[in-house]
Amino acid sequence: MSVTLLIEQLLNGVQLGTMLFLMASGLTLVFGVMGLINLAHGSFYMVGAYATAAVTASTGSFLIGLGAGMAAAAMVGALVELLVIRRLYHRPHLDQVLATFALILIFSEGTRWIFGSSPMRLSPPSWLTGFVTLPGDTRYPIYRLMLIGVGIVISIALYFLISKTRLGMRIRAGESDREMIGALGVNISKLYTVVFALGAGLAGLAGALVGALQSVQVGMGEPVLILAFVVIVIGGIGSIKGALLGALLVGVVDTLGRVYLPIFFRAFMPPSEATGVGAALAAMLIYILMAVILAFKPKGLFSAHD
Amino acid sequence: MTNNTSLTNGASQAATADTALVPKTGSHFDRKGLVQMALLGLLLLVPVAAYFLGHIYYVNLASRITIIAMAAVGLNLAIGYGGMVSFGHAAYFGLGGYVAGISAYHAFDLTPFMTWPFSLPGSDSLLVVWLVAALLCALLALAIGAISLRTTGVYFIMITLAFAQMIYYFANSWPTYGGEDGLPIYIRNTLPLVDSSNALTYFLICFVGLVLAMAITSRLMKSRFGAALTMARLNDVRLATAGISPYPIRLVAFVISAAITGLAGALYADLNGFVSPNMLSWHFSGELMVIVILGGVGRLYGPLAGAVLFVMMETFLGGVTQYWQLFLGLVLLGVVLFAKHGVMGWLAGRERNE
Repeated sequence: MSVTLLIEQLLNGVQLGTMLFLMASGLTLVFGVMGLINLAHGSFYMVGAYATAAVTASTGSFLIGLGAGMAAAAMVGALVELLVIRRLYHRPHLDQVLATFALILIFSEGTRWIFGSSPMRLSPPSWLTGFVTLPGDTRYPIYRLMLIGVGIVISIALYFLISKTRLGMRIRAGESDREMIGALGVNISKLYTVVFALGAGLAGLAGALVGALQSVQVGMGEPVLILAFVVIVIGGIGSIKGALLGALLVGVVDTLGRVYLPIFFRAFMPPSEATGVGAALAAMLIYILMAVILAFKPKGLFSAHD
Repeated sequence: MTNNTSLTNGASQAATADTALVPKTGSHFDRKGLVQMALLGLLLLVPVAAYFLGHIYYVNLASRITIIAMAAVGLNLAIGYGGMVSFGHAAYFGLGGYVAGISAYHAFDLTPFMTWPFSLPGSDSLLVVWLVAALLCALLALAIGAISLRTTGVYFIMITLAFAQMIYYFANSWPTYGGEDGLPIYIRNTLPLVDSSNALTYFLICFVGLVLAMAITSRLMKSRFGAALTMARLNDVRLATAGISPYPIRLVAFVISAAITGLAGALYADLNGFVSPNMLSWHFSGELMVIVILGGVGRLYGPLAGAVLFVMMETFLGGVTQYWQLFLGLVLLGVVLFAKHGVMGWLAGRERNE
């Protein structure tokens, strides 16, 4: 219960938020441009982590592994788009949910088949282990700080991509009127594949980065996928800005809730009960936040589609 | 109109044109009627025969199919008839299961469930468990539905999913009732007059539950309410023009749907003698949707056909390879992409307006 703890947990929250943003930005782009709900996005997260772990183990270089993971996820994403996803654009959401649920089953069991059920080892390189001392005597892991940095860099890069480049112009046009940009001669199916692969690559990057922090295992993408759904529902589906703010909000609220709610209840409850009640409430906190936001703004904070 | 039964039903077709997806009351001896009777008959006869041949395992397997089918009947009311793609029905299934588990836990320990503001003991009576499970699931669905139904489409899907996850994490981190380890039910809850711990008796109880759930769905969809629900799905502006507000119609259907799924959950917990957060997991919500779609969405017997197929695949394919879900995924992908009408569409012909 001190300033040090608060700073540390705030940073943890921001770090979770930036990783959620990497997931949520792809989901929200795919929905905004193609109108598709993609449950299999968590599978790309997993693919990125596994590819990174495998390549890092064989080359010994975390950076090469990271690049390979991101590329593998993007390639798998492009392949999935070409084979399955493009048949779903004009289908009802129910079909999209089921087909991408089927993809999750295929990816999860396929990965278990190839790599086995036990988690794979992936740890950050030695030059990223250790701590830095921040103002106020807070010691914070370098690796987590690096994750925040990567998140910021990617956010800025995405901003430039979408607002300053020709591809970004097409993405924005696709979000506001799909038929029209097709009629104007833009190769829509190529654009869709590129957007889908971009989202998958970002998810793969997030999976690889977080995989080195936690563990690389089958099903690792699913909790993150559901958090990313909460993020884009809060932020407004289709909005990158909403995804960024939603991700930071969810990351910070979730992290702080888990630390401070049990402490809060300990003030007027026996410690063992307070821990239970606090943990249970903390687990529900972001969903309550979502419900409250939706009660006032049913389309999220920054809806791209009104 | 490719339906091979449309000739015999020509007259009733005109009369019910507005309630096109209402299950039709055709002859019982057309192709569809025969397939439906065969399904229900086999579900009843196989476990009875297995029981007298001494194969209790297959009786319990049939109970499992029956209960999952009942849960899917509930979901089908929301998805198939109401067009509300709920990705969170595991919440009601699990809540029903926890009602059975918690009630039995307190009845076994002789401790009260709560002491304030009034004392409420546990109960090992199935009738009490079912009543409380249905009521609590209805209340939960009223709250979740009231918020979720303000939105449509993808938002609705994600919000129902998120609320179900909220309950999942709550059950996971609440230590009193086992947390993530789950809660055992040492002695199956009881009914007056019959012995619920007998495998065949319990199967018959579940079977009656399933038939009742299907009968309720069928009656509901033939009523004025069912016509309004169908129109809320097809064209809610037109329904509103007729002076009926779509929102309460959808909400009521959502609540009934959740209560049916919740009852199935209570039956499931007592069947297994165990309830855990797995019953609340989003994987189970997905599987229920898969069952509804495999069987044929918006068809009275679809959930049953889907549940039979799903549990069979799980049992027999799962016995052959531990990666059976890979094949489930491939089958599901094939059904969604190429065979939209499910098993019942394939066996019994398409519904009229497909």
